[in-house]
Amino acid sequence: MNAATNRPRTLAEKVWDDHLVVKGENGEPDLIYIDLHLVHEVTSPQAFDGLRQAGRPVRRPDLTIATEDHNTPTLNIGAQIADPISRTQIDALRTNAKEFGIRLHSLGDIEQGIVHVVGPQLGLTMPGITVVCGDSHTSTHGAFGAMAFGIGTSEVEHVLATQTLPLPPFKTMAVTVNGHLRDGVTAKDIILAVIAKIGTGGGQGYVLEYRGSAIRELSMEGRMTICNMSIEAGARAGMVAPDETTFAYLKGRTHAPEGDDWDAAVAYWKTLPTDDDAVFDAEVVLDGDLLEPFVTWGTNPGQGVALSESVPNPANIADSNERESAERALEYMDLTAGTPMKDIRVDQVFMGSCTNSRIEDLRAFASVIKGKKLADGVKLMVVPGSARVRLEAEAEGINTIVTEFGGEWRFAGCSMCLGMNPDKLQPGERCASTSNRNFEGRQGAGGRTHLVSPLVAAATAIRGTLSSPWDVE
Amino acid sequence: MDKVSTITGIGVPLRRANVDTDQIIPAEFLKRVTKTGFDDALFERWRHDPDFILNTEPFSRGTVLVAGLDFGTGSSREHAVWALWDFGFRAVIAPRFGDIFRGNSGKQGLLTAVVPEDVVEQIWAELDAIPGTEVTVDLEARTVTCGSVTSAFEIDDYTRWRLMEGLDDIGLTLRHESDIDGFESRRESWRPTTLPAR
Ligand code: SF4
Repeated sequence: MNAATNRPRTLAEKVWDDHLVVKGENGEPDLIYIDLHLVHEVTSPQAFDGLRQAGRPVRRPDLTIATEDHNTPTLNIGAQIADPISRTQIDALRTNAKEFGIRLHSLGDIEQGIVHVVGPQLGLTMPGITVVCGDSHTSTHGAFGAMAFGIGTSEVEHVLATQTLPLPPFKTMAVTVNGHLRDGVTAKDIILAVIAKIGTGGGQGYVLEYRGSAIRELSMEGRMTICNMSIEAGARAGMVAPDETTFAYLKGRTHAPEGDDWDAAVAYWKTLPTDDDAVFDAEVVLDGDLLEPFVTWGTNPGQGVALSESVPNPANIADSNERESAERALEYMDLTAGTPMKDIRVDQVFMGSCTNSRIEDLRAFASVIKGKKLADGVKLMVVPGSARVRLEAEAEGINTIVTEFGGEWRFAGCSMCLGMNPDKLQPGERCASTSNRNFEGRQGAGGRTHLVSPLVAAATAIRGTLSSPWDVE
Repeated sequence: MDKVSTITGIGVPLRRANVDTDQIIPAEFLKRVTKTGFDDALFERWRHDPDFILNTEPFSRGTVLVAGLDFGTGSSREHAVWALWDFGFRAVIAPRFGDIFRGNSGKQGLLTAVVPEDVVEQIWAELDAIPGTEVTVDLEARTVTCGSVTSAFEIDDYTRWRLMEGLDDIGLTLRHESDIDGFESRRESWRPTTLPAR
């Protein structure tokens, strides 16, 4: 395509160069072509409204796909949605999809689900493409070696109208995780440790590329978990270079290339990994051998420690902003410095969200709880990422494992990740959650969130206190 | 979008760092399908407190918000910008912004000015000393002025030019329509399409 250059380049630079429609000059951003636009009901209505007002069509309905996820109920999905505002947003999406000719997977449809679970599952997300969505966790799709980022509603309108986006240049950061993860340590623990290390602003302006043996050994699901939370480190996007794991995941999926197209695609995809002598603007290195199950104690995803540690003392934090933020977080979380993390009792466990709701996540969770009982006084909700994941899990009996354990098995959607539907924490309730954000009130006003991996969520559900999979046999 | 050159109005000191977009506007307000009517939703969790600064005079009439480090991080919701805009804010000053929030602001015409942390502290001091003091953000000169404090601020040239010209994004891009057509004609057949569902 574009930009033949001999300079050694990173994965991110290669994908960018191959999508350059117009090179920005005099400080103008580059105009980048968008291969795949994912749409959901929350950030799109005003964008379609804008098009309608300006009399503009959707330029490429064939590169656009919509699903309902943020507002959808996870119980009684056949009934009318009770909340009038949720209903309005969903109705708006249905009307807009019809009017503008966009493929939509509605509640009840087999392909309905969280937008970041649906794209990869259909084989639409593939290496070397650009993906956008009006949702910050679009970074998930970078796991395939795609350049994927969240955009705002105005940009949604812009992509609908032009299939391009003006984007400023980015910096590159290598996040290298060497060694091998121990049993019980997962992709979620890697990314929580990365964010705790570089901070929630540490990735700002960067596209992160996750590299190293511990990353290469991850499944696609694990890579998606890591890229998903790149935004929590403040990064523009996160990426993993495509390899045989990627190709094997894609092969045979509904929208994956076939025949000659497949061969041409794989040949191209193999050219994408970062050149040996390419230079990153920054690098962070972690030792995968040393990682432990991780958990957050505060109200931003950077406020985390290994589960074996204690609630930190803000007085020991040198930076005054960080210290104040830690003090406020402990107050909100109702935690005392020095308390061992494992002494903290929870009221709920939430297993779901675009970070950890794929089939592999559900399998991992089920493997720990199988044959055990849910701790007294604890509620557990398991929400598959998509209708298809739900059916797949049911075929494997995971639903039965969950219900026999004492948990609730729900229909697919964002659910308690952000509490836009009826799945919310009550004020003061504490939750071990496999989602990605522990902000104040994120899971319901006054709710307290500890971010954890599916394995930690499972161990916590068994013991009723934050627990590592190493604590349960 | 209207052209912007200078914004002058009552400065509001928001003495907090890490104000993410969930704090600016909680998720439940994202359910609306219009672009306006979000003024009541701004900082909704804090607005129940009668002492919260936006509930007090003269700050309820503020148009320039002066915030701490990392304003607008977190979720990409553009509603955060609309809520600030509907309330009456036309500029936000902070030492650092969330990237997506900052991008969204430019599109709405909300000016985001980055100044060093010590300048924010000085402006807060001025605003505390005499509540109602006006802050001027001069986009042409790239300066922020409040009482005795004057500082240069950072904004990228492109956003500044667009704000000053009042240019709509889509119109700007469609000047390059033939380039887009050309790009599409070279697009490889293995790349994904969503239609028809096989
Ligand atoms: S699951 Fe949570 S983070 Fe993911 S798209 Fe839904 S609301 Fe956003």
